[in-house]
Amino acid sequence: MRLTAEDGYSVERSYSIASEPERDGEIDITVERIPDGEVSPFLHEVVVVGDRLEVRGPIGGYFVWDASIEGPLLLVAGGSGVVPLMAMVRHRSRARSATPTRLLFSSRRLEDMIYRDELERLAGRGDGFVVIHTLTRSQPPGWTGYARRIDESMLREVAAPLGSGVRGYICGPTALVETAANALVRLGLPPERIRTERFGPSGT
Amino acid sequence: MATDSDVDTELDAVLDGNAVAGALEAAFGADMTAVPGRCAHCGAVNMVGALRAWTRAPGSVLRCPACDGVVLRVVETSEATYVDARGAAYLRFERR
Repeated sequence: MRLTAEDGYSVERSYSIASEPERDGEIDITVERIPDGEVSPFLHEVVVVGDRLEVRGPIGGYFVWDASIEGPLLLVAGGSGVVPLMAMVRHRSRARSATPTRLLFSSRRLEDMIYRDELERLAGRGDGFVVIHTLTRSQPPGWTGYARRIDESMLREVAAPLGSGVRGYICGPTALVETAANALVRLGLPPERIRTERFGPSGT
Repeated sequence: MATDSDVDTELDAVLDGNAVAGALEAAFGADMTAVPGRCAHCGAVNMVGALRAWTRAPGSVLRCPACDGVVLRVVETSEATYVDARGAAYLRFERR
């Protein structure tokens, strides 16, 4: 997306598409508001319906999954890293895929959890999609999910029910992606079955 | 000597080839992230999207995830995009 000010100053940002490819005529993006950011506060507070934005794309055939691809899916997300995985989960649902799929989703707090209701709804369909949450900063009373950063033993527990032939997609802050990708390799997933998308620094 | 925080800072700067998808598309006229390339240093074949990207410089540097050798360098100026591909033995484009 390119934004150009009246004086010609222009900035570009890349965003992951959150909507499924079956969606016609529109796309969803999810933008995390960075308080001192240059672009995200503008998108959150200034842009209104009817404004025109300059976009190009979609670009990127690497961090993608199609329902015709075989093998169970392990999706690992940190914070807004869930966005491109959401496109996969929505596509899986629209394509009526029964691919066993587990999403391990790390958020700081319950309030920071993106797509909470939709994920719950999708997981409630009983079509082989399971969401496992971890909250790294604080947990509400009675929280039964994980309560720490993603690590190897967590990934082992989460991946175990998927059996063999798993494909892994990991998206989040660089440190989380490194940790998860290295752990999955140690757990026996061939590197060519792991795809990653790092979005740089950010504490999750 | 690197301290823990130095290591973290270095790690934080790493992105994937995806991060340079826009500039490469502008230069090549097609999505490059799913294009496999062979590292000229170690011979590993990886898709451009799987290369590790350092983007916080005047240009972007894409390194081999296997040997850390520089595969591609991309610099955008107001007039043109420069792609230095000396570190790639080849890039493989599927015939359509």
